[in-house]
Amino acid sequence: MKLRLLPHPILTPVLTLIWLLLVNSLSPGQILLGLILGWAIPVFTLRFWPERVRIHKPLTLMRFLAVVMYDILIANLAVAALILGGPKHVKPAFVRVPLALRTDLGISLLANTISLTPGTVSAWLSPDRSFLVVHGLKVNDPDSLIAEIKRRYETPIKEVFEPC
Amino acid sequence: MLEMLLSVLIVVGALFTFIGSLGLARLGDFYTRLHGPTKATTLGVGALLIASVLYFSTRGEGLSLHEILVTLFLFITAPVSAHLLAKAALHLRVRSIAPPPPEAEDPLADTRVRAGD
Repeated sequence: MKLRLLPHPILTPVLTLIWLLLVNSLSPGQILLGLILGWAIPVFTLRFWPERVRIHKPLTLMRFLAVVMYDILIANLAVAALILGGPKHVKPAFVRVPLALRTDLGISLLANTISLTPGTVSAWLSPDRSFLVVHGLKVNDPDSLIAEIKRRYETPIKEVFEPC
Repeated sequence: MLEMLLSVLIVVGALFTFIGSLGLARLGDFYTRLHGPTKATTLGVGALLIASVLYFSTRGEGLSLHEILVTLFLFITAPVSAHLLAKAALHLRVRSIAPPPPEAEDPLADTRVRAGD
């Protein structure tokens, strides 16, 4: 019963916050409307969210977000420098990143993080979900790139969303 | 003082957006071109949005924060579209500088596993 009335306890405050940002106001009426939307949308879109999201280590999540923000900033500068340097300095390669993550949520978060950060775009997920093909803009050492991705992104995502 | 800061932010934002578009024209193949618009533009749009927040928040009509949503939507949609473009390109065997992994180019890879389930 509880599951059906409030299927995603995390999604509700997030949707309310998005609504308040959308209307750009903090009046009580808008807060109430935001809460109603935050409650109703998860209930009516229940089918699209088969897994219940649980955050296990909020501090690790915070640290992970900070690392990703920092990496995005560096990524922008690095990619800008590469583009200005011209095609000669680019050394593209496809690498295979073996996955330790198992859930849809974990894998999509990892793929999105990879695409947002330094010169890498996730390009293909193997059908059995055992590895992710990543295209790198400048790959000097594929093994260190894989190790970096696993250490910086996959480990914290696994700790926060998939503790076993 | 504020106007100086706003101008710097807007120029920096425009510069990074321009570099991102330049990447589309300068880089060698489809996959490397994909990096320009998904990366360099993030910082460009970010700088423009910070300028927008500062400008509208200091006009005396209260804090303006809905620019944060633009960042949020951009962060959600940019990687997904980049991933789909790359996947479609692998499927169609678009010319690539780096040798693509053979199994990713197999058009039947998805169907085979589903049949095996």
